[in-house]
Amino acid sequence: MGGALRHVFIASLRRRRLATVLSLLAIALGVALGLAVQLIHNAALAEFERGVRILAGEADLQVSGARGGFDDALFLQLAAHPGVAEASPVVEVHAALPGREGSLRVLGVDVFRLAGVQPALLPAADGEAGMLAALAPGRIFLSPAAAAWLALEAGDALAVQSGVHEHTLTVSGSVPAAGAGQVLAVMDIAAAQQLFERIGVLTRVDLRLAEGASPVQLRRELTALLPAGVFVEVPQLALSEAATMSRAYRVNLSMLALIALLTGGFLVFSTQLLAVARRRQEFAFLRALGLPRGMLYRGLLLEGAVLGLAGGVLGALLGHVLAVLALRLVGGDLGAGYFDGMRPALHFDALLTLSFVALGVGAGLAGSWLPARSAATLPAARALRAGDDALLHMRPRWQGVVVCALGALLSAALPPFAGMPLGGYLAVACILATAVLLLPQATRLVMRLPGSPRALLWRLARARSHAAPGQAVVAAVGVLASVALASAMAIMVSSFRTSVDDWLTRMLPADLYVQASPSAASGFLDQDALRRIAALPGVAQVQPIRAEQVRLRSGGAPLTLLAREVGGGWGLPLVAGSLSTGEAELPPAWVSEAVVDVHGLATGALIELPLGGQWHAFRVAGVWRDYARQHGAVVIELETYRAISGDRRANDAALVVHPGVDVAVVATALADAFGENMLRVATPGEIRALSLRIFDRSFVVTYLMEAVAVLIGLCGVATTFAALATARRREFGMLRHLGLTRAQIGRLLALEGALATALGVAGGLLAGGAVAWVLVEVVNRQSFHWSMDISVPFAMLAVFAAALIVLAALAARIAGAQAMRQSAVQAVREDW
Amino acid sequence: MLQVRALRKAFHGSAGQALFGGVELDLAAGECVAIVGESGAGKSTLLNCLAGLEPVDGGSIRLAGQELSGLDDDAWCALRRRRYGFVFQAFHILPHLNVAHNVALPLWLLDADERAAHGAALHMLEQVGLGGRGEAWPAQLSGGELQRVAIARALVHGPALVLADEPTGNLDPARAGAVLDVLLGRVREAGAAMLLVTHSANAAARADRVLRLTGDGLVAAEAP
Repeated sequence: MGGALRHVFIASLRRRRLATVLSLLAIALGVALGLAVQLIHNAALAEFERGVRILAGEADLQVSGARGGFDDALFLQLAAHPGVAEASPVVEVHAALPGREGSLRVLGVDVFRLAGVQPALLPAADGEAGMLAALAPGRIFLSPAAAAWLALEAGDALAVQSGVHEHTLTVSGSVPAAGAGQVLAVMDIAAAQQLFERIGVLTRVDLRLAEGASPVQLRRELTALLPAGVFVEVPQLALSEAATMSRAYRVNLSMLALIALLTGGFLVFSTQLLAVARRRQEFAFLRALGLPRGMLYRGLLLEGAVLGLAGGVLGALLGHVLAVLALRLVGGDLGAGYFDGMRPALHFDALLTLSFVALGVGAGLAGSWLPARSAATLPAARALRAGDDALLHMRPRWQGVVVCALGALLSAALPPFAGMPLGGYLAVACILATAVLLLPQATRLVMRLPGSPRALLWRLARARSHAAPGQAVVAAVGVLASVALASAMAIMVSSFRTSVDDWLTRMLPADLYVQASPSAASGFLDQDALRRIAALPGVAQVQPIRAEQVRLRSGGAPLTLLAREVGGGWGLPLVAGSLSTGEAELPPAWVSEAVVDVHGLATGALIELPLGGQWHAFRVAGVWRDYARQHGAVVIELETYRAISGDRRANDAALVVHPGVDVAVVATALADAFGENMLRVATPGEIRALSLRIFDRSFVVTYLMEAVAVLIGLCGVATTFAALATARRREFGMLRHLGLTRAQIGRLLALEGALATALGVAGGLLAGGAVAWVLVEVVNRQSFHWSMDISVPFAMLAVFAAALIVLAALAARIAGAQAMRQSAVQAVREDW
Repeated sequence: MLQVRALRKAFHGSAGQALFGGVELDLAAGECVAIVGESGAGKSTLLNCLAGLEPVDGGSIRLAGQELSGLDDDAWCALRRRRYGFVFQAFHILPHLNVAHNVALPLWLLDADERAAHGAALHMLEQVGLGGRGEAWPAQLSGGELQRVAIARALVHGPALVLADEPTGNLDPARAGAVLDVLLGRVREAGAAMLLVTHSANAAARADRVLRLTGDGLVAAEAP
């Protein structure tokens, strides 16, 4: 296309500024949200990778197991192996900090071995502390990020919790090479083992291979030495594990952003389709001047591409701003808790940014494609006649409807691809496409419904919608897409919340819950503490709960092992199997749905768990619903656990009080007995309230994206009616000649807007219901492995739908106001 | 310049009722022929057929010796770009381009240099009495001025044949006369041929010949 000829198309975008700006903003928002999610996650993963590099240092292999660790006698065997040049033992503890939220990652290290394997972890003693301070008990060294977080410097005291006891450490220097984003602390390994009561236990050994040793062969030889549940792996495996863990959450957010972008594409579609209808004489004239069909088609695609490019570039800028803000306010995991203990920083990624700009261009092109095709096939001779009005006609495309509906059904039945519910996302796209393709026919049907309204404006509005259903379709399509998304998310979140609420009620049957620290941290309840709790006045029963992490295979995400009493009314929210242990030859285990999905286990199957350094077989007696642990949990009887492992500690305890005893009195007695900061005591109601508050917070990003999509849909109504009002100036001029007032024409536009939006809302709600089913039954199940019962928030959806129709009527009225400012005489004489 | 032989057009393709048939026409360079007829006789359709905008159901059209019937869409497009000029009753001035750009449009379609196209457009605007209005926007012009812009646009690329369909239909008699003077003067000066479809007796009277379109073809009509 000639350079100058581009003006013909680009100048048209400038002329319809409102539609152009809104379409551009819609694309920009979609691009910005998607890019921000990716940038934030990449920043978090990059920081995590830096952490892995710092922790692993020069290590070629790492021996690690569950969080509980393994016997430190293994270290001697590993260090003595001829293929190992250097071995560095680590005991890692997440130290609970009395009086503070969160825990501190403390690495107990052998400073003499660090230099050869992990030099970045070498502590630098403060001048006054002396060089040998690192070996002294009671000393701790903070990374710069940890010192900043805790607001401590050398010489300050740091209180840490071990069991139900508080200990004070002295900050004796820093870990200067740890990097700005790593929140961690280093102390002598023996001091850490003693302080946190982990004597004889290691959690990791980092190995540097001897020159010429083959890593593959060495792994094979070392594996033979390892106890059950302990694996030898390359350090990079941790990175892929972290990426896998957070992938489902990231993909889900990205998909939401893409749906917002898709809604933007719909907006481009509706504005371009209207523009084509309005400019049909212009195109016919250009064709008369000799503009080939192909060039007209390409010119209109160019308009879409320019919109997409401008929206993409603006979105890229906005995306970076959003990412910076989100990293500061919410953190690298957007509040989902995958990357605790890191302070990631944003990095510009040219390729990623360009990809999202390209997505914007793609949305613009996709939105322009059908309108451009329609313009290129316009019969020029008819359109050239003066007074040939542009009525949008749309044929139902039944073949497309059948293909998309079948596509939705088939793709919803697909298994996950690489752990991601791609079939589910495809089904969502197919459902939206089916609803959009059905809209013209649905509009026609609705307009044919019997009943003849007597009010003039109603008759005019209905007659117009009946004569040109395409107009209603174009206005409704953006509304349909955004309402489908918003209602689907509302149904999904409501189902999720109701199910979580029900789950919490069933999971928390006791009167009071006691926790020494969050389950991953250094607090625990030993036998003595449990006895002291049982002896408190009013306490009828103490049910200890032990939570440990175990790994069933190398490279697999760790499972949570919960040892507790299962019988005696302490129910699990079972979805299959039973709580009855029977007289089975193997001890029973109850697995969560995630274990079923990831490990392919079902009721009656055999599961082997690493306990006390040995593999032990259990029979799966039931499957339970668990919303707390995405990577799976296994419940076994506490007595079985204690008999096999010898571990008699507990993380939590569920208390039953005597009838008539006030739980608040027992809670006060617990605080008095153990100290204010040593135990977390909560009633089931408090835990439930806190959990639901966290639940709601984790959906803030989702709500934001939903709001953006609805806003884009409303923009669609405004631009559509602004364009229609401009295109129908002659019609309105004629009506004014016939005696209609400006206010009446305004109401006519509002009515048409309300009618079109009502159609979009109705279609959107139906499509949203179907999308919600896919989200609940396919996407959530395959991403996070949890099932839920569908719960539709009817009242909320009704209010939402009514509000949207009213807002759309207002938007149509306001958008049409411009058209009515013109004099009626001028309008009927107007020639374009 | 233009020879039309046995041209036929039916309402709905070749099997439908004939709109017109047996149209014979010879148009010389520099000649202006007015076509009159009742409303619905097919005058505008005849112009569309001669420009390849509507298919014909039979007959031959030759322009400067080249047979045009049977050309495909791309070939018609190329021909219209180079050899045809159009003036319509509805001016069809693009509202988002300024006046000079509207006039330069046919040259843009021929991939002319942008600066040269702009110069030619300004020159043509002077020729039609709109010198100095190149940067104005269509909304700032009167109906008569807009039609002058359309005339400038029809002639800027030196077409061999100008097709004018009710070019003064939207103008009052005084303006219509002035616009017609400009149109005929410039077309004759450029040595182009022109077919003028009109209901206006005054307009037809200014043509070299007047033909009436009937169902059986074009017949000579007395200048009113």
